[in-house]
Formats: sequence, C-alpha cells, structure tokens
Amino acid sequence: MVEETNHDLVTLLSERFGEKIKGVNEPYGLLTFETTKDVIIDVLRFLKEDANAAFNYLTDLTAVHYPEKAAIAVVYHLYNMVGKIRIRVKVFLHENHPDIPTATVLWNGANWMERETYDLFGVKFEGHPDLRRILNMDELNVHPMLKQYPLEDPNRVDKKDEYFGR
Amino acid sequence: MNTLVDKIMNNNIPVYTDNDPQEELVTLNLGPTHPATHGVFQNVLQMDGERIVSGVSTIGYIHRAFEKIAEHRPFYQITPLTDRLNYCSSPINNMGWHMTVEKLLNIQMPKRVDYLRVIVMELARISDHIICNTIIAQDTGATTTFLYLFQFREHIYEIYEEVCGARLTTNIGRIGGFERDFNEIAFAKINKFLKEFPVALREFESLLNRNRIFIDRTAGVACVTAETALDYSWSGPLLRATGVDYDVRVSDPYSSYQDFDFDVPVGTSGDIYDRYLVRNEEMWQSVRLIEQAMEKLKNEPPHIFHADVPDFYLPPKEQVYNNMEALIYHFKIVMGEIDAPKAEVYHAVEGGNGELGFYLINDGGRTPYRLHFRRPSFINYQMYAPMSKGMLLSDAIINMSSMNIIAGELDA
Amino acid sequence: MSDIKIVDAPAGIEGSGFFATSFDKVIGLARSHSLWPLPFATSCCGIEFMATMGSHYDFGRFGSERLSFSPRQADLLMVMGTIAKKMSPVLKQVYLQMAEPRWVMAVGACASSGGIFDTYSVLQGIDEIIPVDVYVPGCPPRPEAILDGFGKIQELVRNESGRRRHSPEYKDMLASYGIL
Repeated sequence: MVEETNHDLVTLLSERFGEKIKGVNEPYGLLTFETTKDVIIDVLRFLKEDANAAFNYLTDLTAVHYPEKAAIAVVYHLYNMVGKIRIRVKVFLHENHPDIPTATVLWNGANWMERETYDLFGVKFEGHPDLRRILNMDELNVHPMLKQYPLEDPNRVDKKDEYFGR
Repeated sequence: MNTLVDKIMNNNIPVYTDNDPQEELVTLNLGPTHPATHGVFQNVLQMDGERIVSGVSTIGYIHRAFEKIAEHRPFYQITPLTDRLNYCSSPINNMGWHMTVEKLLNIQMPKRVDYLRVIVMELARISDHIICNTIIAQDTGATTTFLYLFQFREHIYEIYEEVCGARLTTNIGRIGGFERDFNEIAFAKINKFLKEFPVALREFESLLNRNRIFIDRTAGVACVTAETALDYSWSGPLLRATGVDYDVRVSDPYSSYQDFDFDVPVGTSGDIYDRYLVRNEEMWQSVRLIEQAMEKLKNEPPHIFHADVPDFYLPPKEQVYNNMEALIYHFKIVMGEIDAPKAEVYHAVEGGNGELGFYLINDGGRTPYRLHFRRPSFINYQMYAPMSKGMLLSDAIINMSSMNIIAGELDA
Repeated sequence: MSDIKIVDAPAGIEGSGFFATSFDKVIGLARSHSLWPLPFATSCCGIEFMATMGSHYDFGRFGSERLSFSPRQADLLMVMGTIAKKMSPVLKQVYLQMAEPRWVMAVGACASSGGIFDTYSVLQGIDEIIPVDVYVPGCPPRPEAILDGFGKIQELVRNESGRRRHSPEYKDMLASYGIL
C-alpha cells in the first residue's frame, strides 16, 4: 500500500519537476528525494496544495552538515494526515554559502524551525521575516552544530587533557 | 531632582496626571524567572493596560546542546539525554529513542515487551498530564488539586522505581527491551494504582469540570482554529483540542498500539478548557490502555523482557564476568562496534506534548552521524506570542500553563 | 493532642524571670526555622522540587512553606537545573538582588558542576559566578536529598556568627566573584 502511493507520488513529482527530482529512495518505507534550492518552494507548495499529494503538515525542518562533501543538507519532513504518509525532502547546499528560500511562505510553523537551523548551522533562509539566533546567545560568533566545532567549551581552563587521556 | 526633571522634559517623556488617560504602551518583561511562567521563558510584552498588544518570545535559556552531545555518544548513552528532554514523562522519550534504534536495526520486539512498554509509556503520559492539568488549576487559583493529584505522581514514581530504580530521569529500558523483568511488586503497584487513580481523577474532575470559576477563566480563552494549529505544526493534546484527531499512536502505530482499543479525544474550539478536557480524557484512556495491557500480559509467555538479539542487547552482568561469549558481546556493544546499517530513519512517538520525533542518520560509526529531535514543546511554543495578541495578561499566564511547555524540551 | 515538637532553647544562663544568651544563637535559631527559599528552577530538578513541595514530602515542615519568588524577600537561593551561559547573567542578577544574609544551594549535578552537559552552551557549575553554600548531588536528587541539603543549610544558618557577613574574608570572597 505504502509502496504504491510512494510510486504514484514519484511519478506525480517527476511529471511536474522532471530532472529536478533526483536521488529517490525509500529507507524504511519513507519516501526520500533530493531537489534543488531554486525549485524547493515550488516542490513544497506542490506537495502541500496538490490534491493528490496533500502533505499539509510540516513535521520537521532541520539540517545536516557533510564536511567531506562540503555540503549542508536542509531536510524537510512532511506529513499527509489523510493518507498517513510521511515524506522527506532534501536540498544540498554548499557549506560556504548556504542560502535557501524560506518555507515560512507556506507554513508559519517553519519560522522557529528555520531560526533554529540558522542558529545551529548558519543556513540563511532568504525572505525569512525574523532570522535571528534562537537558542544560543547573540554574542556567539559560530554556528555550533557544524562538524568542525568542538562539543566542549574550548575556553575551559579547569579541564586538563592529561586527565582524560588525550 | 533637577536633573531628573530636565531629563524628562528634554526627552519628551510624558508625565501622567489624573486627567489625561495613559495612551502610551507599557513594556512588560515577563520572565525568564517569573514565577507565573513555570520555567525559563521570556516574553517581552507591549501592554495597553491589562491587554497585550504584541509580544516577543525569547528562548534558549537552558540550551544544553543535546544534538551536539548526541553526535559524541554511542547509541546506548543517548538514552539519558532523552530523559532530560521532556522530564515530566521521560519513559516515553527513552522508549521513543529505543524504538528508533530498533527500527534502524530491524529488531522485532516480542509482544510482551511491547505491552510492558505500553504500560510504562501510558503511566508516563498520566504523570505528564497530571502536571499540566493541576498547574492550569493552580494558575486559576485552585491549589488543592495540585497537592492532591501530585500524590499520584509519587505512586507512578514508585512503579518506575520498581522497574528501573529511578524516579524522574528514568533511563528506563535498553535498546532491545528492558534491562530486567517487572517484579511482582511492580505489578502489584500498577494494580493498586489502577484501583486508586480513577477515584482521585473523578474527584479532580468533579472539583473542576463544572466549576464556575474555572470555566469562566478557561472557556473561550485562547481559542485556536484547526487551520491555524496545523499551520503552526502543532501536535499532541493542543492540536486535538482544536478538533484534529492526529495521534501518532493511531496514525503510525508503534509498540503494538494497534492491538489496543482506545479513543482519541478531540475538542472543538481549541480553548484552554478544551485542552484541559482533552488531557483529562487522555488520562482515562491511558488507564484503559494499562488495564488492557495488564490483561494481555496474562496471555503472553512470562519472563520475556527483551528481544533475542545478543548483537545489540547487553548481556546480564553476571554472565559478562563468567562467560566468554557474553564478555565479547558486552565489549562489542559498549565499544560501539555493532554493525548498524548505514541509513537514516525517522521515528515518531506520541509524547506528552505531541509528536516526539527522532531523525537519526547513521554512518556506521560509533556514534550517530546526526540526531535531530523533533521536540513538540519547541514547535508548539512558537505560536504563544502571536496568539497572546489581544489577550489579557492573566489569560496569557493560564494559556502558557495549558500549553505545558517543558523547558528542557523547548531548548534542547 | 498534637505531637508538635518545639526546638530546644540555645545554651544560656537562666534564672527566675530571665534568660540570657547571645544574639548569634537566638537569631540563628529563628532564622534557621524560617528560611524563605527562592526556587530558581530551570529544568528537571525543578520537578523534583515540586515533588518536595507537594504533600508527600512537605517541605513546609522545615519552616519554608512560604516560597519567595521575589529575590528581595528571599533568604535562600535554591538553584535547580541546568544554567546555560545565556541564563548566567540572570542568575547573577537574582543573587545580587537578594539582601544579606543570603545563602545559596546548588541542587543537582547541573547546578553543581554542569552535570552531563559538558558543552559550549552550559555553565559548568554555578559556583563560577556566585558563591555556593551547599551542593546537593544527584541527577536529579531525590526529594530526601533536597531535604537533607536544606538541613545542612539550616545548620549553617544556625551556627553562623553575627559578624560573618562583615568580615574581611567574606568581603574578599565576594570580591573574587566580582561582587562588591
């Protein structure tokens, strides 16, 4: 049942966006595909508003950093409440200039999710009404979830490496 | 004194007298340590008298970098982190995480473990809703209910203690099941709870459900339409109070919830009174679920408390010391040398506040490559400031307690 | 009859119609049984504090029924939960607003040392910004542990010299935290 709908969805999306939909696979039955940032809002709008898709619920929005590919992936999880189907959409951006249009034009709920993603990864959502840091202090000048930054506070003086065998 | 007068005159700061009504807005800083907000939330409100004109929420006051820590911890060490997300109902978080990893590893659980999990998760849901509903009552002026129903949280804690030894941050279970079987005392305590709690809950309802003061304070306050709620990605009791019957336990069943017979209560107007009623009814449904699970356990083979997956489930400690094979498995699991598929998985459970999702990317290393928590409090709370517009300050306070925002889950 | 216990009178000289003792002892005795705590509850430990306040453990038995949410009237600052770096100026501000004599209790691993959150965003123990009198370990501590820690605070309060807060050592200690 799920596979069939996923297959239909892929056909539907490919008809509409053609080459822009790529990397389609289904890990654990969850349809996942990649697209590009110039059409992402169109793809999301299509998924949200098309009667055959009806993914009207933005479950989650986050990002993943892949330093070896020099990329940051923005990941959207959408949910179709009627068909009870989830879908995952990814957009790969270059890590040096991670800009992507905002999804707040479609869902108000994307507002804080994008602010969190900006705070932690530095992804700039163009057109976002209020793109400020949300969790960290404004004075923090890095985006701490990027892989190159350490977990621990580098300014700690009381924690000597020799005690931790490193 | 002169300097002050000069300052006021030069800056054109209005000086109020009895005859000219105050037309300026007053900025009110509510939080982050305000006692009425039950946690660390800051809202800077523009007030016109008692009415809120606009507000800005500031969060992050206990940002603890869960997601960054999770990238540095093996799977089994992430369970204690999930405890501290929504600490009012930690077992749901623990088991949500365990189920995420089990989904990644394709582990099929025995039915008995599923039912035991349902019991613990529903107890956790009850304890979560007790906090929220008694605090709504407390904020409307009814302290008794808080002192009265909190007693039953203690009873739930005692059950947790029998199962895992801890009260609040339970770290309950393991990837692949529970760390030990439920003992007789635990079952006896659950049965005792099932007998006593409905009596107390009925009393609690009779105190509030038709209480004139309570209804006046809550009904028709902070109404939310289903469209707005979906637009803001609300989930959990808040979304159900608006009339959308979205419950992960039903729409995407995990832990054998499909075997159970229970209702999903929905409200109509999404106001505070509806949220209170929805939560209350969910407590009744949780009691029903626990009763059913206790009944179902009788038909399951006894003493099965974990799946038979020695590759992923830690062997008993006494065997680790005496048995070579167990020692090897123990070493492999603890050192993170288990063969997990390189894949990404999203798993959601119905937490106390809504859809608690785990988005896990595994690259075959010792730790997750990326773990993202979809935290319902964080996503629910962003509507707080917009919806406070036009509300009375005292209503906004109850609105916050009815949203049951848990700071640990909000800030991660 | 109720079985209310009354604390023993401090050591002193008594005779017909008079009782003489030192101010330190009387004031210490009175203060230790009427401490007004300010619960600075940020996270998990705050829920255990709610359990401590509840009917089962009844914090009120120790003379602290009245929580003082205003720092101005509080004697004891109970810091419960993780203090992030974003929160630390707020905590310090609250401490500064309290009137002397003031005591501080760090409840739980996070307040005492940062706990399991050794990260860029978490303050590694509140004693980096304010002086602490009693640390209560645990993640979170059980209500019994919180009560025990409170007992330790009471002991400190009871035995504190009336001149302590004016001593140069105390002022130096505050100055080391940048508090004048």
